[in-house]
Amino acid sequence: MKYSSQKVAYAYFVAALGLFAIQVLGGLLAGWIYVAPNFLSELLPFNIVRMLHTNALIVWLLLGFFGAAYFIIPEESEREIHSVKLAYIQLIILVVGTLGAVVSYIMGIHEGREFLEQPLWVKVGILVAALIFLFNISMTVLKGRKTAITNILVIGLWALSLLWLFAFYNPDNLSLDKMYWWYVVHLWVEGTWELVMASILGFLMLKLTGVDREVIEKWLYIIVATALFSGILGTGHHYYWIGLPGYWQWIGSVFSTLEVIPFFLMMTFSFVMVWKGRKNHPNKAALLWSLGSATVAFFGAGVWGFLHTLHGVNFYSHGTQITAAHGHLAFFGAYVALNLAVFTYAMPMLKGRNPYNQVLNMGSFWLMTGGMSFMTFVLTFAGTIQTHMQRVVGEDFMSVQDQLTVFYIMRFGAGAAVVIGALLFIYSLLVPRKELFTETSGSKPVTGSSPEAQAVLEGGR
Amino acid sequence: MSEFLTKSRARNIFYGGSLFFIGIFAVLSIDSHLYVVNESTSKAELTDEVVLGKHVWEKHACINCHTLHGEGAYFAPEVGNVMTRWGVLDDPDDAAETLGSWMEAQPSRIEGRRQMPFFDLTKEEVRGLSEFLRWADKTNTQDWPPNDAG
Ligand code: HEM
Ligand code: HEM
Ligand SMILES: [Fe+2]
Repeated sequence: MKYSSQKVAYAYFVAALGLFAIQVLGGLLAGWIYVAPNFLSELLPFNIVRMLHTNALIVWLLLGFFGAAYFIIPEESEREIHSVKLAYIQLIILVVGTLGAVVSYIMGIHEGREFLEQPLWVKVGILVAALIFLFNISMTVLKGRKTAITNILVIGLWALSLLWLFAFYNPDNLSLDKMYWWYVVHLWVEGTWELVMASILGFLMLKLTGVDREVIEKWLYIIVATALFSGILGTGHHYYWIGLPGYWQWIGSVFSTLEVIPFFLMMTFSFVMVWKGRKNHPNKAALLWSLGSATVAFFGAGVWGFLHTLHGVNFYSHGTQITAAHGHLAFFGAYVALNLAVFTYAMPMLKGRNPYNQVLNMGSFWLMTGGMSFMTFVLTFAGTIQTHMQRVVGEDFMSVQDQLTVFYIMRFGAGAAVVIGALLFIYSLLVPRKELFTETSGSKPVTGSSPEAQAVLEGGR
Repeated sequence: MSEFLTKSRARNIFYGGSLFFIGIFAVLSIDSHLYVVNESTSKAELTDEVVLGKHVWEKHACINCHTLHGEGAYFAPEVGNVMTRWGVLDDPDDAAETLGSWMEAQPSRIEGRRQMPFFDLTKEEVRGLSEFLRWADKTNTQDWPPNDAG
């Protein structure tokens, strides 16, 4: 770690990890309710559990992005963060807002649009925190060295914060409500967040592979160009059946198909950089998560997104378990795994130790990735049957669902693997001070004073 | 990549192209907004009852179990066409009455069946909800869903 103010990232990452645990436990509970529907039904109904699950996800991903920005920007701008105090105030606002939201959901106090259920005061808190953040990083970037990585990161974060304003606009007309709701939801995950993802991935590749900055930055501009050129009009794939004009069926189908390109490029980019790079960075777990993120994002967002994005297909699959399958693998690959990659990369430096414990960390990668992939497969099977029985044959919703129980049991099993993986990940980052398993073959583990260990502590050579 | 595509060229393409697509999106959004107001939702009037119903719908987070026009959670049935499914689309009184008895019968407490919670609603709120759902059902959704099962 080169700049002492990077340390604020640590607090952000720990808060994010706490919420990550809540998120997956909430998911597991929701999955259990699918299997045993009477469980807790009068104390904590499904809709409340689901809100906890999805909202915890969104907030911890944002906390991770903020933390990553505070970690990356000093190094890229070659100066300390403008104000460390503001960074902590921002975090306190976010944590208080989040805990407030959790408590009020459990008491049944919330707004009523999917993903945007936060009570108004929490929404305002998020806005204030975002403004503090934007001020803080913009001041840092403006005074420091300008790079494509910070440029894209800052544009992405500004744009996503501006789009948050649409969370405050809730027209009485349901179709208008839905149209603007997607300005937040779609233009986040298939627009602005992709900018954040690309720049963080670029930073990780720069550090982990040692490829020339010029090469990386040119790639980044091409990736984000294809992301926005396709993603903005790609919003149309949500405008087919909610009361908007018919022309969206063609615009949405064509442009959302093109949305596969940026995800394909990010995957290609990561592998090409590793291929070209001469550097043998000792933090293998961070590299695994980075490559894993780009790859699973391509499958979850690119392949599973394309699966149901053409309007002729979507007419039948819209709002079935196929959507849930895609949502899970896309979020996991693109944003969960990417955050875990940054945490894995930064934690050894933030805690001033060797990249311990890599074996456990990599084990958690395979558990989580395996679990999420399995979950995606079983939900896709369930969704295919549902689409056929309900949308083609016309059998009613509840009796079709009754026939899908076996898939929901398997989904629960997959979820349990993910939860174990997540807890293992958190443990491996925060607790062990030594590699638990010593190597039996190959190179010996780095020791405290070796040049490799020094490189990790300083953020690469 | 070739010499032609330098980093600064790539950056300028990113800026210029993005502004171009934002522009097109803005124009189409305005057109869509007007289309919603003047055409797709103009068959049924957006009355105070409908607005009240939307607030009741939001207050109880119904969207986190049900889908509405195919969006929401996948735990419980689509409600964008429930009034058609019940055959009460054009009869406001019958619609409110049917919905009222449905709401009162919850939760079913049947073992192994998904449970819908009991919501303590006033008569006006039930009426609002049924008007809201009738209003949504009358929206032109390009013929979605494919059948009454929703
Ligand atoms: C990382 C990027 C992405 C994430 C995190 C993501 C996530 C999601 C989520 C959570 C939903 C469900 C929204 C709801 O609750 O209604 C959804 C819907 C959808 N996504 Fe994605 N998505 C991503 C990228 C893509 C891409 C690239 C495509 C197309 C190639 C795509 C196509 C779709 C479609 C067509 C739907 C609507 C499904 C329906 O009709 O029910 N997504 N996405
Ligand atoms: C322990 C593992 C998990 C289980 C058992 C689980 C289960 C569930 C369940 C039951 C739902 C509600 C689906 C419905 O409405 O019917 C859901 C929704 C959702 N979950 Fe998970 N989940 C898990 C992990 C995750 C992870 C790791 C992510 C992020 C990568 C995630 C993201 C989401 C999203 C975005 C939705 C909303 C989907 C949509 O609207 O299409 N979940 N989850
Ligand atoms: Fe989308």
